[in-house]
Amino acid sequence: MSQYLILIYADEAQWAGATPEENAQLTKEHMEFGQRHAGVLRGGNALQATSTATSVRPGQDGGVTVTDGPFAETKEALGGYYVVEAADLDQALAVAKDVPTRFGGVEVRPVWEVM
Amino acid sequence: MDSPIGQAPDPVPADPVPVRPAAGVGSAAADPAVAAAVADAHRREWAFVLAATVRVTRDLDLAEECVQDAYTRALGTWGTTGIPARPGAWLTTVARRRALDLLRRDATAQRVLPLLVTDQALAAAGPEAADLAAPADAAGPGIADDRLRLVFTCCHPALSTEAQVALSLRLLCGLSTAEVARAFLVSEATMAARITRAKKKIAAARIPYRVPPRAELTDRVDAVLTVLHLLFSTGYAAPTGDVLMRADLVDRSLDLARMLRMLLPGRHEVAGLMALILLTDARRDARADSAGRLILLADQDRARWDAAKIAEGTALVREALTQRPPGRFTLMAAIAAVHDGAPAFADTDWPQIVGLYDLLMRSWPSPVVELNRAVAVGFADGPAAGLVALDALAASPELAGYGYLAAARADFLRLLGRTGEARLAYEEALLLTGNAVEREFLATRLDQLGS
Repeated sequence: MSQYLILIYADEAQWAGATPEENAQLTKEHMEFGQRHAGVLRGGNALQATSTATSVRPGQDGGVTVTDGPFAETKEALGGYYVVEAADLDQALAVAKDVPTRFGGVEVRPVWEVM
Repeated sequence: MDSPIGQAPDPVPADPVPVRPAAGVGSAAADPAVAAAVADAHRREWAFVLAATVRVTRDLDLAEECVQDAYTRALGTWGTTGIPARPGAWLTTVARRRALDLLRRDATAQRVLPLLVTDQALAAAGPEAADLAAPADAAGPGIADDRLRLVFTCCHPALSTEAQVALSLRLLCGLSTAEVARAFLVSEATMAARITRAKKKIAAARIPYRVPPRAELTDRVDAVLTVLHLLFSTGYAAPTGDVLMRADLVDRSLDLARMLRMLLPGRHEVAGLMALILLTDARRDARADSAGRLILLADQDRARWDAAKIAEGTALVREALTQRPPGRFTLMAAIAAVHDGAPAFADTDWPQIVGLYDLLMRSWPSPVVELNRAVAVGFADGPAAGLVALDALAASPELAGYGYLAAARADFLRLLGRTGEARLAYEEALLLTGNAVEREFLATRLDQLGS
């Protein structure tokens, strides 16, 4: 078995404009998703908006530079993730297709296996 | 050297001969009959031998290397031992022996890519037990499955279409990277990088080496057929370059369609695609004159069409049409069959063709299908009606920059005697067409309009 990270990307502007009812509905869908796939989910979280992000990069003279904002500015930003355990990509994709998404989609990345 | 798996069916030399047999058809020293037999086995059995070897190695690169080596040995051995009755079985045994030998020697070496993910039963058995005792016979159902595993892995939707096409040519047809690069007019380095990246993704993301479950089969077969169709259309109407078609790609797509038809006999869309290839390719010899100039369907010498291909394709399309509703390849094949069935261009049953395009629009709406339908309307109801249908498409953003739309408009305008507008349309089509043979045809039409 291998682990895959399912990264949930969404348009933050649309996200910010969602009504409380829409947010409640989405939360409910994620809870149901979690129950449906409890056997293979190994973790997952929703993230605060990129307006809360701080980036750290190597700076000049061997130091580090700390800046306000996400690592890369994109319209669709990382908004949450799940970690799943799956035998192969097809199984991971089957779970990924079932992730509730509103304002974007998901990316599936295999986790590097440490031998 | 000791064989780890007991007796080989035919003697095998101790050391590999460093010659690549592939399309290069052997070394000068090889007996021509042997070279021809090896080339034939390369074309017919590559996928079979490779798929059976991947089962042992669970590593595409290693399997390719061993299969290559087996073909090289065949070139050196068949001259003395005679050509085996079942070349595919001989090659498979030799390739698998080599693989086991390398795996055993290499057991402790650090492996770069993880092993392919296979069905649990296969994986549990381990390489030593991968039914080496079983005869490597093309008729064996297990082996047929192996080839399908390879097909579905090459055409997995998680790979880019370009990568799917490249892998199919490389792994299913046994083309070298240089040959695949030439087929798609990119540099060998670019193609090598594309293939390496795809293989790495298969291993690292664990794209499974297996036949998809029944619930996914329809979608996955469609993905395979899309790759074969792309291969065929790239060969049949080369989008760029100096020649109208690249026969090698057309031939490969037909080979693969035939193989798929044998492996998935119950799938109507496979029959449909094979019919489409046969019924279109049947006109190959009539499509260009001796100087390589394009000849339109209307002007082709129909006696030069390949009657055998038409007969085979027509039988297949009949079978495919029994599925309701028929799929897109089946409908395209049916349209080709109507053309092929007309003794002369004037006898073409255009209303039936328009009707088939209507059905195609329902199952596979696309601007290009709509364009072809508009052209058929022009032949069914006259150039004025055709022009109306074409002009309705002029606003479609997908067709902006599509040379065939301008060329079709130009033809209808010419037939209507609207010479000035026809000239403008031909000039537009010329600007948008990259294939040299098609450009020459348009230029000739433009000349014929006079001034």
